[in-house]
Amino acid sequence: MMGSGNQDFDEAQLFASREEMESLILDEPSNGKSFSDYRSAMSSVSVSETHHPLSPPIVGIGDSDDPLLSSPSYNRDHRNPNISENSYLEPPSYADVIFSPFSDKNGEVNGVENPIYDSGKSGVLSRSASSNSEYFKISVSNPVKEQETSNSLVPGGNTYYTYLITTRTNMPEFGGSEFSVRRRFKDVVTLSDRLSESYRGFFIPPRPDKNVVESQVMQKQEFVEQRRVALEKYLSRLAAHPVIKKSEELRVFLQVQGKLPLPTTTDVASRMLDGAVKLPKQLFGESASVVAPHEVVQPAKGGRDLLRIFKELKQSVANDWGGTKPPVVEEDKEFLEKKEKLQDLEQQLSNASQQAESLVKAQQDIGETMGELGLAFIKLTKFETEEAVNNSQRIRAADMKRVATAAVKASRFYRESNAQTVKYLDTLHEYLGLMLAVHSAFSDRSSALLTVQTLLSELSSLHSRAEKLETASSKIFGGDRSRIRKIEELKETIKVTEDAKSCAVREYERIKENNRNELERLDRERRNDFLGMLKGFVINQVGYAEKIANVWANVAEETSGYTKESS
Amino acid sequence: MATITTQRSLSGSSQSPRSPSAQPFLGITVTDPVKLGNGVQAYISYRVITKTNFPEYQGPEKIVIRRYSDFVWLRDRLFEKYKGIFIPPLPEKSAVEKFRFSSEFIEMRRQALDIFLNRIASHPELRQSEDLRTFLQVDEETMERARSQETGIFKKKPADLMQIFKDVQSKVSDVVLGKEKPLEESSPEYEKLKHYTFELEDHLAEAQKHAFRLVKRHRELGQSLADFGKAIKLLGACEGNSLGKAFSELGSKSETLSIKLQKEAHHLLMKFEEPLKDYVRAVQSIKATMAERANAFKHQCELAETIKLKEINLDKLMLTRSDKVGEAEIEYRELKAEGEEATRRFETIVRLMSEEIVRFQEQKTLDIGIAFHELAKGQAQMANEIADAWRSLIPKLEACSART
Repeated sequence: MMGSGNQDFDEAQLFASREEMESLILDEPSNGKSFSDYRSAMSSVSVSETHHPLSPPIVGIGDSDDPLLSSPSYNRDHRNPNISENSYLEPPSYADVIFSPFSDKNGEVNGVENPIYDSGKSGVLSRSASSNSEYFKISVSNPVKEQETSNSLVPGGNTYYTYLITTRTNMPEFGGSEFSVRRRFKDVVTLSDRLSESYRGFFIPPRPDKNVVESQVMQKQEFVEQRRVALEKYLSRLAAHPVIKKSEELRVFLQVQGKLPLPTTTDVASRMLDGAVKLPKQLFGESASVVAPHEVVQPAKGGRDLLRIFKELKQSVANDWGGTKPPVVEEDKEFLEKKEKLQDLEQQLSNASQQAESLVKAQQDIGETMGELGLAFIKLTKFETEEAVNNSQRIRAADMKRVATAAVKASRFYRESNAQTVKYLDTLHEYLGLMLAVHSAFSDRSSALLTVQTLLSELSSLHSRAEKLETASSKIFGGDRSRIRKIEELKETIKVTEDAKSCAVREYERIKENNRNELERLDRERRNDFLGMLKGFVINQVGYAEKIANVWANVAEETSGYTKESS
Repeated sequence: MATITTQRSLSGSSQSPRSPSAQPFLGITVTDPVKLGNGVQAYISYRVITKTNFPEYQGPEKIVIRRYSDFVWLRDRLFEKYKGIFIPPLPEKSAVEKFRFSSEFIEMRRQALDIFLNRIASHPELRQSEDLRTFLQVDEETMERARSQETGIFKKKPADLMQIFKDVQSKVSDVVLGKEKPLEESSPEYEKLKHYTFELEDHLAEAQKHAFRLVKRHRELGQSLADFGKAIKLLGACEGNSLGKAFSELGSKSETLSIKLQKEAHHLLMKFEEPLKDYVRAVQSIKATMAERANAFKHQCELAETIKLKEINLDKLMLTRSDKVGEAEIEYRELKAEGEEATRRFETIVRLMSEEIVRFQEQKTLDIGIAFHELAKGQAQMANEIADAWRSLIPKLEACSART
């Protein structure tokens, strides 16, 4: 997964982008809006983070109060020489799965950062020794049914499930090493929404689906378990994202007891309703018809400003259908190329993921049938042995037993091999899921661009209106009081709009930068993860094929007498 | 569609054709399947090559053209003439039109027909059969005449014959299981044998079913590997540089392995699944012989009953000094002869069967031993090829990582 792929994680890069981010946040004018208050509060926390990536690690590796750390590291040490010497006779066991090349997979290690195993250990795999020794593990457990206490129209109340979310970390932001909270799925949705607002342009891991239909149709226990697993995966991915893991939103989600202190997302209907209330005032000039600079940093779509939504929609239509080129366009060729490549990648990923699924199923089937064949022969052997009258029967029964045993063993190997193949090839599936995050980040970019374009169009029309008024007013000797007043108003509007435009441009640039960094990170981590996947897959196949070959070779040896007899 | 394959011929003695004069030798090859005729009338003809030093035969080598129904004729004649002997089984007549001419089906059938003839040739009694000589030597027109001249049930077309055989099968079960009139011989050994035969068939049929499924699974896995390989190659094309190359090579290996899997699927079918199926057919042939034995026993018992009645009648007639005595005496003597003949026939069957059972078990241990060996060999080879193919990728993948 994209998460902790620290094989040669460029800390410096991260540091740079974080700094940028912090500086942008500080630049923002803070006014009454609760939202930006929150953001600036957050930035003050981030600023205190001055840990330079190249300074000595926060926590030494030797620290193993956590029992989870001590034994695995032993195992890895122990196992590593095997893998590095390319001895494939010992196929990867489950232990190896966790600690072998691809272990950036969060599915296995639940957000454990890999560097903890790297630093100080003989690097079989070329991982940078400079990676810090952070540890951030989240687990989700213990689903409990609870009652909705207020606002229940239904007697007996609404029920919902809460999950126990346990975090173990040594990250200083948390000021603690282990803590738990109870959260419900709604809270996760809130977290996800707030993150996508705060981290525009980033590849934010997508949250689990709401699965409204499934929650009604599936067995409760099954559904809750499915959701628990999905939540754990999601939170672990968040914890593995180099930027988001340090977010305040995530921290409060994981740490603050009681009600989740994040603003909830109002539903679309309410927003539209609010917007509809405001709209007439906007149109008649009673309330501001201009976008305030601080609002500009969020896309129009999720907000209450219907007028703004309409304006931007008009702009996007003009972009698509209008004869003239919009004032600012996506010019970054590199970006456009990358985008196209990613689209291609997504398609191939989807295809490969599907074929991988078929492959896994085919391997499962062959193992199953082999097992059934073995069992059938075992029954036959037993039968022949019981009913044996001639010696030839006994000999045959003995041969059959060997074959049956081999078939059953081979069947077991197929099954074991497959269990691991699934995990390796799952990387394809995970990256496919990540493409959603990429789309989202790109649409952050395009909506920011649209905002810029809209504001520029507005500015240009405001300017031309002002010009016209000035021309008209200059014709009247002595001045035109009403027109002059209008010009003053316009100039005021222009100034505000200019400010908004500057903000929008800055936001756009910021998002572009985030995109760029994330793309680099994606390329890097994807390369590592895919390599790991291929290696793991191949090594696993080799190991088990050898075992299966061995089993059958023995039987071939034992039955070789027959070929000589009949020739 | 001519596939020239020379099968290993199992002759009764292990002598090679190079020293014909020494030991009696009869080796048969079924080869060269060719589709003849059009539309519904279409059929497959096979070339049957006989090499022998038997004096009864016309010469050291003879080649004839035969079709499936000719083989059926031979099997039926042998079944009629050699009661008590387990007649080697024939492959089934396939009902499914589409499958009838698939090259795999034809190959499976050719192999089975070859084995059929060679089993006959290696059986000390059956190899002497005149019908066998006819089958192996006469020209096609004569063969066709012989086929159609058959009286009774053999006049029917092969399809009908199969159906009758199937009917006999079910009737056999009834007879042998004693569902018909309780004229049943029952010695504990024979009971045991009957029970063994029936249960054996069930077990074997199950094993064969799984073997067939295993063949299918190999094919499916082969297909998956091909599709997967292709998809991985396309994915690699997106990536580019060393990672892309790694993907592309992995995809190619996957496609290569797909071919190996298809090969093993075919090998499994011909060398493992078919022998198992043959085993099932052989057991069914035993059941047919058991039916014959039951019939012979019934016949003998009925005759014994009739003879006794005739005896009583004759005594009565002799006491009353009837003039029918002479006639009755002749009848009685004829019946007695018949009865002795029936007894003889029955006892022959019993004797033959006990020899045949031993032969059968030995033959089957050998046949299945070979099949097991083929299974193990094929699977080991396939697994090794898989291991080798994937293993060859590892250094490249390591190199990729090192470069990261």
